[in-house]
Amino acid sequence: MDGNFYKVYHTKIYKTDADGTINYDAEHHPTNAKPLDFSMTKNVVVIFLVGLLMFFMFKGLAKSYAKNNGIAKGTARILEPIILYIRDDIAIPNIGEKKYKKYMPYLLTVFFFVWFINMLGLTPLGVNVTNSISVTVALALITFLITNFTGTKDYWKHIFDPLGDTMPWYAKVPLYVILIPIEVLGIFIKPFSLLIRLYANIKAGHIVMMSLIGLMFLFKSWLGSPLSFGLAFAISLIELLVALLQAYIFTMLSALYFGFAAEEHEHHEEAHTH
Amino acid sequence: MVGAGLVVIGVGIGIGKIGGSAMEAIARQPESYGKIQTAMLIAAALIEGIGFAALFAV
Repeated sequence: MDGNFYKVYHTKIYKTDADGTINYDAEHHPTNAKPLDFSMTKNVVVIFLVGLLMFFMFKGLAKSYAKNNGIAKGTARILEPIILYIRDDIAIPNIGEKKYKKYMPYLLTVFFFVWFINMLGLTPLGVNVTNSISVTVALALITFLITNFTGTKDYWKHIFDPLGDTMPWYAKVPLYVILIPIEVLGIFIKPFSLLIRLYANIKAGHIVMMSLIGLMFLFKSWLGSPLSFGLAFAISLIELLVALLQAYIFTMLSALYFGFAAEEHEHHEEAHTH
Repeated sequence: MVGAGLVVIGVGIGIGKIGGSAMEAIARQPESYGKIQTAMLIAAALIEGIGFAALFAV
């Protein structure tokens, strides 16, 4: 027989011959070749669901504006103040009155996406999307790409020529040997800290919660179980705050980085004309 | 493991200092509460990020 043959063994896909034989090594681990596994996981399903949820929620908001002469109604009333908060207290102070509009769609999306997904992670559904580092890597990668592709001339000048005209060029050379590598490294460290922060916060919170619940099974007594339940309950209340706080911090720092990218030194040109 | 503990001590001191200073600043100027809170959260998040990075390295 021709063609490729595959077999599922302990939830992993292996390439086999026509008879479906799986070879094992000494420790009974399969030695067959593994194809790239693009099966949908629970996390992927939840990401799609949250995407759909957000689509319908914000479509509802837009529609309720059209219906009620620019006044939100129903669930849209909850969303409107949050959006205004992100615009007035995150985007405008960090990016500036002139350019903030370009970045608003991403900031709003990332805020609500991270928030909803963190909140879903606290439900007993067992979906913990931001607990997987690949999700936060993807989010931080988008921030990284937007920052660097919208970077102005001044942004790049700040990285490769931070001292500007304050010194003659021969004085800058020994300084720049140290300065430029640090600045270039900074481009990558910023999104890296973003992804580690989100991932580690959510992961740490869930580990603490799981261990406290696990104490119940260690104590096996009427005294220990309510104690660990109470502690787990308190921690889940803190996690509710952390879910919102991490979404806020991610949005805030993204806005801050976009602000660096969009900066323009107007006072520089003034100094030249005088 | 000892390193992880040391990192957490350092991060705790750092965030504690930020929180304390923010409290003082808010008490002195209650009208700029929002700005101080934002700056405090950013600084705390940055320190926390470093703490987590060190914890993962351990």
